[in-house]
Amino acid sequence: MGRVGRALAVLVTAGLVGGLSACGGDDGPTLTLYNAQHRDLMEVLLDAFTEETGIKVEMRSGGDAELANQLVQEGDSSPADVFATENSPAMTLVERAGGFSPLDRATLDQVPDQYVPSSGAWTGFAARSTVFIYNREQVTEDELPASITDLSGPQWQGRVGVAAGGADFQAIVSAVLAVEGEDATADWLAGLKRNAKIYDNNIAALRAVNAGEVPAAVIYHYYWYQDQAESGEISRNVDLHYFKNQDAGAFLSVSGVGVVAASDHQPEAQRLVSFLTSEAGQRALVDSGALEYPVSGQVTANPALPPLADLDAPDIDISTLNGPRVIELMRQADLL
Amino acid sequence: MYPRPLLLACVLVALLAAVPLFFVVGYTISVGWSEAWRLLVRPRVGELLVNTTELVAGGMASSAVLGTAAAWLVERTDLPGRRVWHVLLAAPLAVPAFVVSFGWVSLTSAAQGYPGALLIVTLAYYPLVYLPVGAALRGLDPALEESARSLGLGPWRTFARVVLPQLRPALLGGALLVGLHLLAEFGALQMLRFPTFTTAIYDQYRSSFNSAAANMLAGVLVLYCGVLVVAELGLRGRHRYARLGPGSSRPAVPARLGWFAVPALAGLGAVVLLALGIPLASIVRWLVVGTSTAFPAADLATATVTAAGLGLAGALTTVVLALPVAWLAVRHPGRIGTLLERSTYTANALPGIVVALALVTVSLRVLPAVYQTTALLIAAYSIMFLPRATVALRAAVAQAPPVLDDVARALGLRPARVWWRVTLPLIAPGVGAGAILVFLAVVTELTATLLLSPTGTRTLATEFWSNTNDIDYGAAAPYAGLMVLLSAPATFLLTRSARRGP
Repeated sequence: MGRVGRALAVLVTAGLVGGLSACGGDDGPTLTLYNAQHRDLMEVLLDAFTEETGIKVEMRSGGDAELANQLVQEGDSSPADVFATENSPAMTLVERAGGFSPLDRATLDQVPDQYVPSSGAWTGFAARSTVFIYNREQVTEDELPASITDLSGPQWQGRVGVAAGGADFQAIVSAVLAVEGEDATADWLAGLKRNAKIYDNNIAALRAVNAGEVPAAVIYHYYWYQDQAESGEISRNVDLHYFKNQDAGAFLSVSGVGVVAASDHQPEAQRLVSFLTSEAGQRALVDSGALEYPVSGQVTANPALPPLADLDAPDIDISTLNGPRVIELMRQADLL
Repeated sequence: MYPRPLLLACVLVALLAAVPLFFVVGYTISVGWSEAWRLLVRPRVGELLVNTTELVAGGMASSAVLGTAAAWLVERTDLPGRRVWHVLLAAPLAVPAFVVSFGWVSLTSAAQGYPGALLIVTLAYYPLVYLPVGAALRGLDPALEESARSLGLGPWRTFARVVLPQLRPALLGGALLVGLHLLAEFGALQMLRFPTFTTAIYDQYRSSFNSAAANMLAGVLVLYCGVLVVAELGLRGRHRYARLGPGSSRPAVPARLGWFAVPALAGLGAVVLLALGIPLASIVRWLVVGTSTAFPAADLATATVTAAGLGLAGALTTVVLALPVAWLAVRHPGRIGTLLERSTYTANALPGIVVALALVTVSLRVLPAVYQTTALLIAAYSIMFLPRATVALRAAVAQAPPVLDDVARALGLRPARVWWRVTLPLIAPGVGAGAILVFLAVVTELTATLLLSPTGTRTLATEFWSNTNDIDYGAAAPYAGLMVLLSAPATFLLTRSARRGP
């Protein structure tokens, strides 16, 4: 029994120490970033920011839609200062709830108009292209679909993978909705429900195509390029097919960043957004090996990537991409 | 009849534990009947119901068979190396289900889908049947079986007609635990691409944070859990299982296996290989292969200390909260005590994500100061894992004779001293077992930790999950290994106390 008593004492002490070590002293404001972008990429960018400005940043990671809705639910009590996403529908969701402070004019001037909503409530800081990937043993070139909307056809039954639960694919659906309209999108989703194998995220889908579990999938371009640059382990047997021709499947998704209205550190938060869209920030993005496209005209993308102009993306006003409507349509199609 | 402060404490604990349930029910009511109907009666929910039922039924049945067979071989036969087998068969408790899943999926994608899911959850959860059934077999009076044999029953029929009915509480209780775990299991099944209610709730959360659709699905889970609990109570029946009459039972004479020992050894060996060998070998393999990814010693150390700290704080808080509830239920039996105790079980069926979403909303509306603090996270752990502590404490309090307290009081000790010097030492084993169970659960908890922890908190489970999501198995492996290492001593203590019996 004495041993148990001593063990309990150790438990208490360790619990207290563990609790205390969670609180540390700090000097100067530390920004809180709600981050839905890839954590590795954001760590590189934030290190560059801290080095330039001395402002420290803490990250809270999650997905686009969950963090956006969390911000909205938190409202005025939100501890977040800055919000960054992988795709723009989540930014629009927060903007419509009045969750952003307007950005500094100088920041907006750093970014071409097509990557900024007309409200100026937030800005794009990176871009990624939709791409059709296929296992070259299982799909011949003449079978390749001309449009992403073809994937609902019977020839793709059980042969295409999508990460339906993730924000990336939901952003692609929002582009289909913007280009094709509601009825066509609902039909297309119903076709996908019949045809598609569901994966957890783009990487899992890429791996599955490479392994021959599913012949093809729709993902973003950089997953393939990243793996090719590293080892090729999960992309060796996979080729890319860009839809181009302003097809909804040529959708260029914009990663956004904005200053949270509830932030107590507005000037520092503005500086972070300004940095991410500045030449230095954009260069850090290109140098990070993330292989996403920069949005600034002053910095060119990694030469391994096809030039954006060649991809012939559809002309979509980013403010119109409707995340919540997409979720509702996907629920109705029983994909969620 | 009920001491006021004790009753008050129990009511407060029960209210805390019921916060997520109130939230789900309240949400369901606020959504309205027609919208609820639209969200619930659709093919997707049907698919999930089928998947969840197949998994729960299959997992409970296979765990029951495997756990009982293994327990009988270890406790009742002359199998060589029984002590070693006991440790090996209980050891999978230290390997969290999502690590078993990781071990298999990172080796072969053939593990995906229903057969793989059933195999993996069985391997991860059968010890929940094995341990109580083994303890029950040890406590069983062999005289009953001997009488049956002498009256002409063969060995198989003796087992079916005499032993099995005696094992019913342990077997059903263990199977119920497996079922409840499977209802709330997330990580393992998400990796295996086998959608159930819990993984679907997570997808809803990813798509829209806190939505009507997610809360409707959670409501179905609550009902499902209710069905399981009631079915278990009904099947258990109202029989007496204690021995009658004076005297003490002697240890059973082990059954002689003869040549049957060969397949028995092979079978147990296969179970240990699949449940323990494959995941551990997989971790080691990725540690070796994944050396290209830098070995982040500082990050690993931080995540380990954070996980252990949260585990200890969670275990301590939960045991303290469970104590009055167990005390009231045992020492002051009656409707109110039972009701309060049972009400602390409700959150057990809810996945971590639902508990977390409820606490996010409630804390933002009522007490913004605790939002995203360690305190709120610990509260979530307590709500989720209270039943584990209560069950362990109940048994301990039941075995501490109240008369000893009275004697101490009569000898002149003040009530507080009585508690410290007499009661606490008597129930200490139960306190320890409860704390260990909660510690194990907290160390591997994922979704509530992601949502509620202070910004910047990284635990072994969250880092493991983030790397696994990126299919970066090499980087995930050290976190998986550390989770197993952190859980192993606690599991060992637990199996030792289970071996000694209650």
